[in-house]
Amino acid sequence: MSAIIEIDHLSKRYGSGTAALNGVSLKINEGEILALLGPNGAGKTTMISIICGLVTPTGGTVRVGGHDIRTDWRAARKLIGLVPQEIALEPFEKVIDCVRFTRGLYGAGPDEAYIEKLLRSLALWDKRDARTRELSGGMKRRVLIAKALSHRPKVLFLDEPTAGVDVALRREMWSVVRDLSADGVTIILTTHYLEEAEDMADRIGVINRGELLLVKPKAELMGEFGKKHLTIDLYEPLSELPHSLAERGLTLSKDGLTLGYDYDTRADRTGIARLLGDLTQHGIAVRDVATKQSNLEEIFMSLVADKPEEATA
Amino acid sequence: MNWHSVRAVYHHEMARFFRTIWQSLASPVLSTVLYFVVFGAAIGGRIQSVEGVAYGAFIVPGLMMLTVLQQSVSNASFGIYFPKFSGTIYEYLVAPTGWIEVTLGFVGAAASKAVLIAMVILLTSFWFNGVHIAHPVWMMAFLFLTAIAFSLLGFIIGLWAKSFEQLQIVPMMVITPLVFLGGAFYSASMLPPFWEGVAKLNPVLYLISGFRWAFFDLADVPVGMSLVAVALMIVVCMAAIRWIFLTGWRLRE
Ligand SMILES: Nc1ncnc2c1ncn2[C@@H]1O[C@H](COP(=O)(O)OP(=O)(O)O)[C@@H](O)[C@H]1O
Ligand SMILES: [Mg+2]
Repeated sequence: MSAIIEIDHLSKRYGSGTAALNGVSLKINEGEILALLGPNGAGKTTMISIICGLVTPTGGTVRVGGHDIRTDWRAARKLIGLVPQEIALEPFEKVIDCVRFTRGLYGAGPDEAYIEKLLRSLALWDKRDARTRELSGGMKRRVLIAKALSHRPKVLFLDEPTAGVDVALRREMWSVVRDLSADGVTIILTTHYLEEAEDMADRIGVINRGELLLVKPKAELMGEFGKKHLTIDLYEPLSELPHSLAERGLTLSKDGLTLGYDYDTRADRTGIARLLGDLTQHGIAVRDVATKQSNLEEIFMSLVADKPEEATA
Repeated sequence: MNWHSVRAVYHHEMARFFRTIWQSLASPVLSTVLYFVVFGAAIGGRIQSVEGVAYGAFIVPGLMMLTVLQQSVSNASFGIYFPKFSGTIYEYLVAPTGWIEVTLGFVGAAASKAVLIAMVILLTSFWFNGVHIAHPVWMMAFLFLTAIAFSLLGFIIGLWAKSFEQLQIVPMMVITPLVFLGGAFYSASMLPPFWEGVAKLNPVLYLISGFRWAFFDLADVPVGMSLVAVALMIVVCMAAIRWIFLTGWRLRE
């Protein structure tokens, strides 16, 4: 896989003195879905805004498709589409005119067939003659996506695409993103909804206080940081947990019918086999076992908590 | 230079104008008719003529200029301020489009609207009093150049403005006084020598004078000076806009 975006020691200090990015380096592969995960104020929007040309960096470089965003900005920006965090549309404009306008602004000639295909794929074709102010929030977001894709970019930035939308709309957005990805568009999305990153991304970058804490394929991240929780259902309720079992961290539910056990998938020996053996020895009959992976929220919390508080100089 | 970009911005701006074509035309035409009635008919009845031109006809170029200046500035400043206000400005900044394309689109549209409205006023004035145009080609040239120069100025005002109040204060406090003091309704030669000298410091006087020359062959200053004034203004404004876009002043963080 080749990198379509190369970010090298990117920094931004705003006029107000806020250091929003501190030397972030990152390579984004062509065709992947990368989720940038981080709390509010982490610097996600700043990073995207620099790549797209809305914010001037104070240090570092970015290349998009090999083109430097400062010196070769026309070529770099032709490859990029941006869906901003805040919905901004001209209220009295028709949907289809909005999309045509953006395509023209990006310097591309008219292509009605492509615009029809685009609007259909985003379920906006029936609304093409509606004024944007008549649309629901989810539709407005899709109009922004259609605009961002109107010039056929290779990279799409989605800044918090599902912030403040309900579950149904969020799922709809995810399916749109998957379809785009299937078409070969590289997608960078930011989110603080952790299940979103978990469900969508190929790779996840965790960003906090202007620093990229890590970037990992999702599976690897889950594996490395994932604690698993083992649940053991019993046939007969236990009134008390045998001392030797309690010592190993096993817990008993109130009704005495379920045992719980947390273990680390990174450990050489998880101890599950011995645990089950011990249960048999104590004459405890096991009915069922289940394991559950901890979600990104827990992973994220542990990462951010591990990071020592740095002097905010 | 990408003409698709210029055309997209131009069409987008003109579409807004044509969506509200009647409001866009009604207000300038109405105020011009009022000027004709008050200055042309009421006062003109006493002044008779200025340098051989009936007063009602004499004020036509000045009125057209007043409208062109006001319309150019307000169209262009509103045109670029509105996306700043609604947040859609981000598109202009992330597009692979240079300042020159964006400026040509906005300014071209603002100037076109202003010229259109000025032409409607000219037609109205034909109906009030038969105006004779000595140099029609020069008249159109001055009209376009002035519209472009002041649309550029309006574009700068729109880029600079941070609120609707700021957007309106410059046209009100600067443009309108300059037009009135620039000889829209009188000839500078009617002023005492000292004030004639002061009036000639006003750049708008050169524009109105050149424009009036195109109508009546009468000018307060040499026509060449008028051309230089408008060309100078275009160059200075273009340079300022280029600087704004390249440095990102009030556009980029
Ligand atoms: N225009 C700005 N001027 C000054 N500070 C800003 C500006 N935009 C963002 N910041 C600051 O930069 C930091 C990162 O913000 P942002 O990139 O918006 O984070 P995120 O998108 O991850 O929520 C925050 O501390 C924020 O207050
Ligand atoms: Mg943000």
